[in-house]
Amino acid sequence: MKILFFAGLREALGTSSIELSAPEVASIATIGALRDHLAARGEPWAALATMKNLRAAVNQQMVPLDAPVSEGDEVAFFPPVTGG
Amino acid sequence: MSPSFTVSVQEADFDVGAELAALSAGRDDVGAVASFVGFVRADKLAEKVGADGTANVQAMTLEHYPGMTEKALEAIVTEAQGRWDIYGVRVIHRVGRLLPGDRIVFVAVSSAHRGEAFAACEFIMDYLKTRAPFWKKEDTAAGGRWVDARDTDDAAAARWLT
Repeated sequence: MKILFFAGLREALGTSSIELSAPEVASIATIGALRDHLAARGEPWAALATMKNLRAAVNQQMVPLDAPVSEGDEVAFFPPVTGG
Repeated sequence: MSPSFTVSVQEADFDVGAELAALSAGRDDVGAVASFVGFVRADKLAEKVGADGTANVQAMTLEHYPGMTEKALEAIVTEAQGRWDIYGVRVIHRVGRLLPGDRIVFVAVSSAHRGEAFAACEFIMDYLKTRAPFWKKEDTAAGGRWVDARDTDDAAAARWLT
């Protein structure tokens, strides 16, 4: 599973993307569970749990945190958007 | 989407006159073209103004999510087509480093009548503000600062739900 990070979250984590193996994500069913799984790595990943109004996308569609995820999905986490 | 409904995400500036002309070129059924142009503003809010009275924002960098950005903009345009009888839409959003006074976003809509054109143009901007994955970072004398999302933008988008 490919996971992308953008904007202030990308800077806080110090990386724009990571790849998780199929066994690691096998028991993760939702975006919220994925966030908790990553946040449990400790600093700086705890930023995923503490960031206000964290947004997520699955396969380039904005989704709520209870949305399902599965191996092979492209997931993204980011702050609320500020374009325009 | 049909050729009359197009979105672009680009670093380059755009020609407002040429884009507006293209929306009515070669057709005699267009009665209205409504448009919006957004600019990078040198923010004059008191807390952002430097001691010398000049605006503190020296530049702005636009980050986006390549691939998703285009899809999100196209979905917004498609939703506008479902709500109003409109003939064409052009959306352009710039990314990269921009300076105060630079154009940043362009939305234009053609229709038979102004009502549909105005409404669809405002709808597309309101949804772009809350659904398209762009992020602004201000470069100031004190360093970089990510722009916070505004509740007023959520409220502006929400009024189209009723």
